[in-house]
Formats: sequence, C-alpha cells, structure tokens
Amino acid sequence: MSLKDIVSRAYSYWMDGTGPEAGLVISSRVRLARNLAEFPFPHLLPVEQAEQVIHAVHLALQHREVTQKIGKLELIRMGELTAIERNVLVEKHLISPDLLKDYQKKAVVLRDDEVISIMVNEEDHLRLQVLLPGLQLREAWRLAAETDDLLERTLNYAFNERLGYLTACPTNVGTGLRASVMLHLPGLVLANQIESMVNAVAKLGLTARGLYGEGTEATGNLFQVSNQVTLGQSEEEMVANLTAVTGRLLAQERAARQALYRDRRETLEDRIWRSYGILKSARVLSSEETMRLLSDVRLGVDLKIIDGLSHRLINELMVLTRPAFLMKLAGREMPPHERDVFRARLVRDKLKQ
Amino acid sequence: MLCERCHQRVATVHLTEISNNVKREMHLCEACARELQGGPFGWLPQFSLHNFLAGLFEPDVAHEALRPRVGGRRCGRCGLSEEEMARGGLLGCASCYDAFQPRLEPLLRRIHGTSRHAGKVPARSGGRAKVLRELQGLKKQLEEAVAREEFERAAVLRDQIRELERKLG
Ligand SMILES: [Zn+2]
Ligand SMILES: [Zn+2]
Repeated sequence: MSLKDIVSRAYSYWMDGTGPEAGLVISSRVRLARNLAEFPFPHLLPVEQAEQVIHAVHLALQHREVTQKIGKLELIRMGELTAIERNVLVEKHLISPDLLKDYQKKAVVLRDDEVISIMVNEEDHLRLQVLLPGLQLREAWRLAAETDDLLERTLNYAFNERLGYLTACPTNVGTGLRASVMLHLPGLVLANQIESMVNAVAKLGLTARGLYGEGTEATGNLFQVSNQVTLGQSEEEMVANLTAVTGRLLAQERAARQALYRDRRETLEDRIWRSYGILKSARVLSSEETMRLLSDVRLGVDLKIIDGLSHRLINELMVLTRPAFLMKLAGREMPPHERDVFRARLVRDKLKQ
Repeated sequence: MLCERCHQRVATVHLTEISNNVKREMHLCEACARELQGGPFGWLPQFSLHNFLAGLFEPDVAHEALRPRVGGRRCGRCGLSEEEMARGGLLGCASCYDAFQPRLEPLLRRIHGTSRHAGKVPARSGGRAKVLRELQGLKKQLEEAVAREEFERAAVLRDQIRELERKLG
C-alpha cells in the first residue's frame, strides 16, 4: 500500500478499540524529540539543510535492522500531499498542526499500521511517535525506544550527558519524552469534577487538557493527560507515573458513572438513546454536535445500554467526520453546510451497517 | 437561527475562527458561549506555548541572572543572540545549550525542578562512553571508601552506580 493510500484510509490501528481499558482509554502515545547534532534546529534551518535532514532520516529508515525489527517505514515530503491530505494526517493524530506550517521543509514517516510515525523538521528534527489503542504506555515506550536505538545506528543525535537529548525548546530537553493518554471522561464532566481533576493532575507533574480544546472545539468529553517535565526522571519512571495517575482517574470516572447510573438512570438512558437516535436519523450534523453525540453513544456502549456497536466504529466515526476527512472522502472542497449534510449521511450509513 | 450547541435558544453570538487555513463559524446562544469560553477547557484563544515560554525568560526581579543583557552573548555556531532566544523561547542549535548555559540553568530548574538528565543515553555517540568512564571512576571510589570503612559514603556511591547502570540499560 502506498503512502498516499494510507493517508486516505480512515482506519488507524490506534482506533482499534482493543487494548486494556479500551472503553475509557482511547489511545496511548509516546513521543520522543530528537535532533541531529550537526544541524541548527528546524526554525533556523535553511531549505537546503532541511532537505539534508530529510535525506539523513530517509537513509536511517533503510538500515537493514530497522526494516527487519521495526518494519517498513515510508517517508513522504509534506509538499507531495494536497492540503486536504495534510489535514487528514492531523485529524488522524499522526502529525501536529505545526507540521503544516512551512511544509516545504517538512516530511512525515509512517509505518503501514500508523503505529509508528515520525515528523521531520517540526520543532525538532525528529519527533518519533508511537500510538497504540487502549492503555499501553509501557508498550508504546518500549517500541519507541527500540526504534530510536535503531535509528541512532545511522543518525548522530544532539546529546549532552548532563542535559540529555537537546531540543529546540527547553521544555522538552532531557528525555525528549512526551507520554500521553486520550481519555473519555463523560462521568467526571457530568459530575462537575473535571476542574478538580485538572488541578489534582497538575500537582502530580502532569497536564490535562480538552482534546479539541485548543482554539476550536472543547467537545466529546475527550481529555489528554501527559507528563509535563522531561528532565530529571527516567522514561520508565515518567511512563509508570502517568500510568498510575491514569488508573486513578479511571477509578474516579467509573465511580461517577456508577453514581449516575444508580441515581439518574432514566435521565441517563434517555440522553444516550436520544443521541443515538439523532446520529441515526439526522440530516444535518455539525462536527461539534457529532462529537458530543458520539460521546453519549460511547458511554451507552460502555454501560451496556446500547449493544451491537463497537468501540472501533465509534473511534472511526470520530475521525471520519472531521472536516478534512469528509472532504477527502468526497474528493473535493466543501463549504460548511454541505459538509454537515455529507457528514449526517455518512454517519447514518455507518450506523446502519 | 438556533444555537448549534443546545439547539434550544436563539444564537446571538457568532464566532469566526481560522485555523489551518480553514474558516470556521460557530453560532451560539449567550449561555453556551459563556460556558464554552469560561470553562477550564473552553474555547480559549489559541494559547501559544512559545509566548508562554518567552514569558519564562522574562526578567524576574529576584533573579539577576535572568535579566536580558543588552548586547548579550551570541551562540558562536548558529548566531542566535540571547535576546532572540528570550523573545522566541527556542534555542538555535545544540551549541546554544553551552553558549547560554548560565541563563538556561535557572530556567531549566524552574521548568523541570532539576537540570540533570536521568534517562536514556544514546548507545553509539559519546554519551555512552562518558557514562561508562564515569561508572569506572565511581567503582574505584567505592572500593576505596569500603577499604577505608566509610560506609555512608559507600552507600551514596552505590546508589550513583546503580543509577548509571540503569541508564546504560
Ligand atoms: Zn446554546
Ligand atoms: Zn546555537
């Protein structure tokens, strides 16, 4: 399968709906920031040198041990993709919106299943990411570390024994590690406990934020929790800390759900069935509303109020219904209203299956 | 037009947002707009991490070391000036970490609570060799400490050795 095909496919392994705690933890991600010692950091990189960095990464991917142990990793320059395709990669959580800026100097590397991706020349020369379904931070870290070791056979990383891996931004220096989990926390939202959760998490050296909360949407009850500090602890400690805190958040979320189910069962069931009903029959759906309704339906599946619906389908719909993905599917640019009509039709079709 | 969030009240707040070159409009009632904007995860204006970091570099009256110096030093390799670093919140190259070390030390401690790496070490480059060398030195010191029956010191050294061995994996 060519990389262009990968880009247009809706499914990514992280959406599989499997893995430990699959209902509440949608995905686990580990990202490592790395730079090549001999080049200035990307924001100071002239075009010719940016190309040299891309070339060096491309060579490293072809190392025999990389292909044997990690699998085939394909590189594509951002300039070879259309604007819609580039946005699709953002919507699939494979690249950050930052990679869209100044894209002529940037590239992305993907493994076929999209578990491994590398952004080239984003804020750092390499941003290696491993993305797995469910709560699998340790597994994600192990695979990221293995890939990193193998790339290092070819690449000469900027490293300093006192400060660790050197990064463009001092908030990433040291391990260069950002581990995060994507959590679905409707119970805590309904119980009005989100604010105290965010504060509690911050005291533990972690950050929690709404997943679509940066500028655009704060919907779907999806939260991302990640480590804030990258220096002074080993990667294993950071990953273990985040895993432990996630476990506690899940326990709180479950307690909140149980309380709701016990005390307000009819209201809860009504809300879930209404949301499911709207998704199955609406003719116009905004992406905001879709995310909100899908959150209710996911809760319904978790609580076994709705059956016959998989987490995988819900995850896929979360991505498929994003604006760029819809336009990719339609094969053309669409104004918002047209998109909302197309989205509603797509959701109806998918839920009929 | 009804509010696209609650579908109950009339939309009186019309927001336009441009991200990734896509223009997005949102029509909300006042209650929903307030909720979205006020909440902890709300519709906060695009929050730029770099501006925030640049803020960290800002002079702190209590920290003379953090004050930007007029005509301050430059990185000899990439040419970035201390002032540019403070403004942009980003370093220019690996050598900047040496060039601006006095300025970075307190900053790193402020961000991370420490300025010492305790994680993974590259297998190939100088890092691993240096750790090995450090390890040898510590082992020698440990032998000496044990020979002189300085057990407290020996315990400290043993911890340091264990830490380094873990780094090497
Ligand atoms: Zn409203
Ligand atoms: Zn420099």
